[in-house]
Amino acid sequence: MAKTERTAEPAAPLAAGAPLLEVTDLQVEFRMREGVARAINGVSFTLEAGQTLAILGESGSGKSVTAQAIMGILDTPPGYVTGGRVLYRGADLLKMPERQRRLIRGSQIAMIFQDALSALNPVFPVGWQIAEMFRVHRGLGRTEALERAVQLMERVRIPAARERVKSYPHQFSGGMRQRIMIAMAIALDPVVLIADEPTTALDVTVQAQIMQLLQDLQDERQMGLILITHDLGVVADVAQRIAVMYAGRLVEEADVIDLYGRPCHPYTRGLLDSIPRLDQKGQTLSAIGGLPPNLLHIPAGCPFNPRCRWAQPLCRTGAPPALAEVGVNRRSACHFWPEVAAAAPAAGLASPAQSETAGSDPAVLQTLGAASADALGPDGAQDRLAASDSALAGEQGATAVAPQGPVAAGGPALAGPTPDGGSADESEGR
Amino acid sequence: MTKYIVRRLLQMIPVIIGATFILFVLVFALPGEPWQGRCGERPCPPAYVDAFKKEYNLDKPLLIQYGIYLGRLLRGDLGTNFYNNRVIDELAVRYPTTVTLALIAIAFAIVIGITAGLVAGINRGSFLDTLVTVSTLVVISVPVFVIGGLAQWSILKLKLTDIIPVTATQGTIGQLILPGLVLGSLSVAYVARLTRTNLVENLRADYVRTARAKGLSKSRVIGLHTLRNSLIPVITFIGYEIGSLMGGAIVTERIFNINGIGGFIFRSIEQRDGVSVVGAVTVLVLVYLVVNLIVDVLYGVLDPRISHD
Repeated sequence: MAKTERTAEPAAPLAAGAPLLEVTDLQVEFRMREGVARAINGVSFTLEAGQTLAILGESGSGKSVTAQAIMGILDTPPGYVTGGRVLYRGADLLKMPERQRRLIRGSQIAMIFQDALSALNPVFPVGWQIAEMFRVHRGLGRTEALERAVQLMERVRIPAARERVKSYPHQFSGGMRQRIMIAMAIALDPVVLIADEPTTALDVTVQAQIMQLLQDLQDERQMGLILITHDLGVVADVAQRIAVMYAGRLVEEADVIDLYGRPCHPYTRGLLDSIPRLDQKGQTLSAIGGLPPNLLHIPAGCPFNPRCRWAQPLCRTGAPPALAEVGVNRRSACHFWPEVAAAAPAAGLASPAQSETAGSDPAVLQTLGAASADALGPDGAQDRLAASDSALAGEQGATAVAPQGPVAAGGPALAGPTPDGGSADESEGR
Repeated sequence: MTKYIVRRLLQMIPVIIGATFILFVLVFALPGEPWQGRCGERPCPPAYVDAFKKEYNLDKPLLIQYGIYLGRLLRGDLGTNFYNNRVIDELAVRYPTTVTLALIAIAFAIVIGITAGLVAGINRGSFLDTLVTVSTLVVISVPVFVIGGLAQWSILKLKLTDIIPVTATQGTIGQLILPGLVLGSLSVAYVARLTRTNLVENLRADYVRTARAKGLSKSRVIGLHTLRNSLIPVITFIGYEIGSLMGGAIVTERIFNINGIGGFIFRSIEQRDGVSVVGAVTVLVLVYLVVNLIVDVLYGVLDPRISHD
């Protein structure tokens, strides 16, 4: 474990091989008068330095609760972390005494919230609120801390920062307020930054600016970024990995391009289908029918089964399907993931009517692996995947890969099931 | 800000005129005559009544009387009452007692009220919270004369009268402690509840979560970030309470035999002493307006979202 004592300097390089943040089997429940709501049921993921992990899901899926549990800012009561580990550079945050954890919170793991107007304290000037980080964590004096606040405000490109340092949150526009939130979060050069829907409250042009700023800052400081969002468009541009959450579980985890190109979970598929697309002009926009389950009464079996068009009797009983490897570096929690994967843009793939045994069919696995490798190819960004995947791709037919070409070429934002194959399925989905 | 204050001060002029006029009409409309009972067991002789009327301009129409009064008021003269005492002197004797009593009551409201509210709010759902919520409810629902009587009775039973006097005839600070507590009990209860509610509400606010995410200590999160927001409405409420308590407290003054403004106004009304009533109430209206102005200005200082420009 390399828990370096941090100074005002940027993050020290990590010890080789130690993941920045490793969440294992995290469990969170809310004990309320009506009963116990199991908000997080065994979430696991890993975040590396410089990596962006997007956590995707509807409201109530547990994305924000996951973030709050990592930060240690759950409202207790009613929220309790009942199990799992959150290893920060090898040290379990959940077992740490609060005092020690507080030193990490904000300075090494920082968080950006959704609505900056309510997330900033209305009665203190913004400069004061940024400077507070330096004063509390670094013991700087008032003037020096305020000077650092001005520098940060300049860094996040707030015009006339020096004049505005004494202004109050309500005197800024939404985008500028979010920049102030960001300045406050990056004040002490955190190594992990959790952004909880950082652009949801903003209009589209400002969203792009804020995401760009976050990306620049991440490149500059090699932060691990956890981006919590329900906006697939935002994710596609920024994240390398996506974890899709549903009813407090991860249902699918994959590299962005794999996930967009070939969702292996019906829920992911439903999310992708519900993105408005230019090539589907005039058609009814697909939506996932029904509502997320009440966390007080999560259905037996797979929690998604009442809304799933692939659901079989197997899905309605027993334990929820485990998150299992379904390809190189990707996992899905679906009994019938091969069918789901095959039903996607399907054209050149092996028969869409896969039997249940298809899960173990090496051909499918390899096809998926190949597809991801190919999709990544043009971007050329993720060599670590390419190495292993291209090996697989080499063996197994290039023909299977071909249909994925346009997906990669079209860019991840538009990548998804093909229009014709998709819409027919969608209508039965409800 | 200066512009705002000037505007508010100018607004006071019509308020004062309106208030005095209404008072004047009401006093005029009261049944009974001011010379009643001045001539022993028999009715006053007409000659006396005429002289009395002439002296106090009671023979003139109401509007003229009011005009004369207003003219005097502008010169700072509150008039001379029917007992030939200047109203201003009557007030000067009693007002310090009333102010002291009000300030003691407010001190209790601030110290006990805010403390109880904070304890309850921070430990929401605990025994202390329930204790505060229930006891303040009791105080709010029980009339002041019951609380006052109960307080006196308890002190007498406990034989503590040497330390805590149960009457305040001279109006010294020591004597006014118990009346102050009784008078302030209602404010204590309201302040405690208001503090608690606002604290509980603000503890759930997003900015509190941000403060925790910044890695601040619990005491800083609550004591600085939450409290600063929670106390804004409480301070405003206390400000307005000062304004109303400055108007005297008829019941509390009666119970503890205090020679204050409340009792003076009450007696003046009984005696149809219009000049005293109008004079005293005019002063109270002025005090209330000034206190309100101070509170409003203070509110803008405490909450940067409120702008007076």
